[in-house]
Amino acid sequence: MAAPESLVYERPESFTETPTHYCPGCTHGVAHRLVAEVLEEMGVTNRTIGVAPVGCAVFAYNYFDTDFVEAPHGRAPAMATGIKRVLPDRVVFTYQGDGDLASIGMGEIVHAAARGENLTVIFINNANFGMTGGQMAPTTLPGMKTSSSPNGRDVESQGYPIRVSEMLSTLDGVGYCVRRSLHDPKNIRLAKKAIRTAFETQVRGLGFSMVELLSTCPTNWGMTPVNSLKFVEEHMIPAYPLGDYKVSEAIKLVKI
Amino acid sequence: MAKELWKGNEAIAEAAVRAGLQAYFGYPITPQTEILEYLSRRMPELGRAFVQAESELGAINMVYGAACTGARVMSSSSSPGVSLMLEGLSYIAGTEVPAVLVNVMRGGPGLGNIAPSQADYNQAVHGGGHGDYPRIVLAPASVQEAIDLMSLSFDLAEKYRMIAMMILDGSVGQMMEPAEMPEMKPLTPHKFDWATDGAIQRERRILSSIYIEPAAEEVANLRLANRWKEVQANEVRYKEYFLDDAEIVVVGFGTAGRVSLSAVRAARAQGIKVGLLRPITVSPFPYEVIDQLTGQAKAFLVTEMNMGQMLSDVRLAVRGRVPVEFHGRPGGVVPFPDEILREIQRVNGADLSVHTDPIDGWLTRMAEVK
Amino acid sequence: MQKEIIIAGFGGQGVLFAGQVLAYAAMDTGKAVTWIPSYGPEMRGGTANCTVVVADEEIGSPLVQHPPLAVALNLPSFDKYEGALTPGGTLIVNQSMVDRGAKRADIHTIFVPCNEIAEELGDKKLTNMVAVGALLSSLTEIGLKDLEKALEGHLPARHKHLLPKNFEALRRGYEHAQKELDKVPA
Repeated sequence: MAAPESLVYERPESFTETPTHYCPGCTHGVAHRLVAEVLEEMGVTNRTIGVAPVGCAVFAYNYFDTDFVEAPHGRAPAMATGIKRVLPDRVVFTYQGDGDLASIGMGEIVHAAARGENLTVIFINNANFGMTGGQMAPTTLPGMKTSSSPNGRDVESQGYPIRVSEMLSTLDGVGYCVRRSLHDPKNIRLAKKAIRTAFETQVRGLGFSMVELLSTCPTNWGMTPVNSLKFVEEHMIPAYPLGDYKVSEAIKLVKI
Repeated sequence: MAKELWKGNEAIAEAAVRAGLQAYFGYPITPQTEILEYLSRRMPELGRAFVQAESELGAINMVYGAACTGARVMSSSSSPGVSLMLEGLSYIAGTEVPAVLVNVMRGGPGLGNIAPSQADYNQAVHGGGHGDYPRIVLAPASVQEAIDLMSLSFDLAEKYRMIAMMILDGSVGQMMEPAEMPEMKPLTPHKFDWATDGAIQRERRILSSIYIEPAAEEVANLRLANRWKEVQANEVRYKEYFLDDAEIVVVGFGTAGRVSLSAVRAARAQGIKVGLLRPITVSPFPYEVIDQLTGQAKAFLVTEMNMGQMLSDVRLAVRGRVPVEFHGRPGGVVPFPDEILREIQRVNGADLSVHTDPIDGWLTRMAEVK
Repeated sequence: MQKEIIIAGFGGQGVLFAGQVLAYAAMDTGKAVTWIPSYGPEMRGGTANCTVVVADEEIGSPLVQHPPLAVALNLPSFDKYEGALTPGGTLIVNQSMVDRGAKRADIHTIFVPCNEIAEELGDKKLTNMVAVGALLSSLTEIGLKDLEKALEGHLPARHKHLLPKNFEALRRGYEHAQKELDKVPA
């Protein structure tokens, strides 16, 4: 059979052939692919160790063709610290959701960032606890209905959303900290560039790096995939503005 | 090497370094903080990893991460801190990676106090984190023994891909005794065929404690159970004193054990046929030797610095054949030899029943403690 | 042979170090020894004590309720350990810090003006060494020379210039206690 005239899509070599377990329309798959492409482009797949969270991405290790460990809920940055400190020449990343990172794991992420651990964190913000069925997360928008805020998040009794990137960017140990979105192709390209920059920050030993990705959860939001992408654009981005919250002087000089 | 005067906690830290410790992660808590402080200087000076974590949760998960790379790694803490680490211990056990944890126990429950205690026996030996998992627990009674067992802890943890804990009470940690350090062992990185240390020129590896299918988890549990049988068969350690003709057998571990030794000597001087069994591994527990001693003993006396935890294991081995009596000092109180001597004299003179609960008699005798 | 010694006083009087020097001397002369401090909040500002056990076989309890030997460097320690000593035991009391005499007749109580002797030697920090010297008069298993060697062998290099004064303090304490002992009718 003749080769296709123009190949526009293929599986990155950093990916395994495991079929996805994510819901249709969920942007986890996009985020996974971006990470895999970056690892492959940087030629570091065979010396990368990933740390999976507890949450929808608990099976992240099934997709990446790298060594992987699976952390207790919220503890991925601590595990990654342990790995990186004994193997400083390896590339170590965590992949965490907003329940994992911003709720139960807030202590671990803040201190890993404060210590300036040379890790890369991919932070998926989809405004709810996905795996357990869509409960309120620290990132849930005010008024947003979830299975544990059935009348909408009441900030008087349930508090306000946490803007993680803004918060972590105040820490001196952070080399690179940005927020991107996965709701359209242009933003996906920008997200990939940010992920690349984050890993470049790590391999250059320039400190802690994190990319927060605004993501969809069509199943728990009760929306079609298309409407959930619109929701990100219309409701998530105003609450979580996209932008570069911390880019150290050294990383500004790196051309990608 | 000549003997030096070592403080227990610092001796443990140096012994770990000499055993090839590659990474230490910990959090300050009395009465074990000297381990952390010592290693905060020693590890960087050798180019090895040291992190003072944000919490015991952070520390044990750093241990977990480093353990997955196959590194010799440890943490140390004291009772309340170990409670916080239990989540991580369960994950480490479920992932079957080797890790070493030292618990310098203090009085509890709750915030309790910082005085010497053995109240975490059940947590270490029988309880701990969620799920079904065995672990090796060593209980040194002296500084030299702590040094020797530190090195053994790493060897056993790696041999059986299991947690090895060392439990000692605050007094062993704070005590100074002459002791001899072993030679420095070389570091041996990348030696395991299961470690997630970067898939350079090999297939990728995954380390996880997840078995979504119950049938697969059952297989994993059975694997642990079978491995534990091996540990029980090969790794039981204890020390015997004056047991040859003993009619009364005192059983005590750690400091309660060595305090009992003084009492046993004093009782021997009075002509009482008494001996001491001091378990060094409390997990695996020396059930078999106690079973054998039941043939010659007319009574057992268990001494502990708690409300009677190892007592249950001794009773399990004795199986109601002879009376088992108990003397314990809970809450951070260290017993004196005199009071254990009085207990030996009481057991020697009394007509004891196998049908009474040893805790009842103990509580009655303790009524005078106000 | 087994001897238990408790050394007690205010934090800052060098109580713990005094015990360690004894432990070093015991170790260097091939004996088994344990040193254990009281630790924790009580070590901040309050009284401090340590227990040293010297023996020629594996030591059981590192703590003892009724020691044959004790050093009390202040009044609270005198009050506490005078009652605790085993009959026939010896209690070294820092006379400079107490305002009463002995209550028990069944132990030897030896008063030594440790502060004054130390001040005569020009350094109040030598109080503990004066007391240890006095203790040796009743601890025949460890000699003055053993203790001097222990100090010489284990004092950090930066303190080595203090050795002659320390030796002098030990000797003065020892001699004072010896004189007091000689007064006791045989």
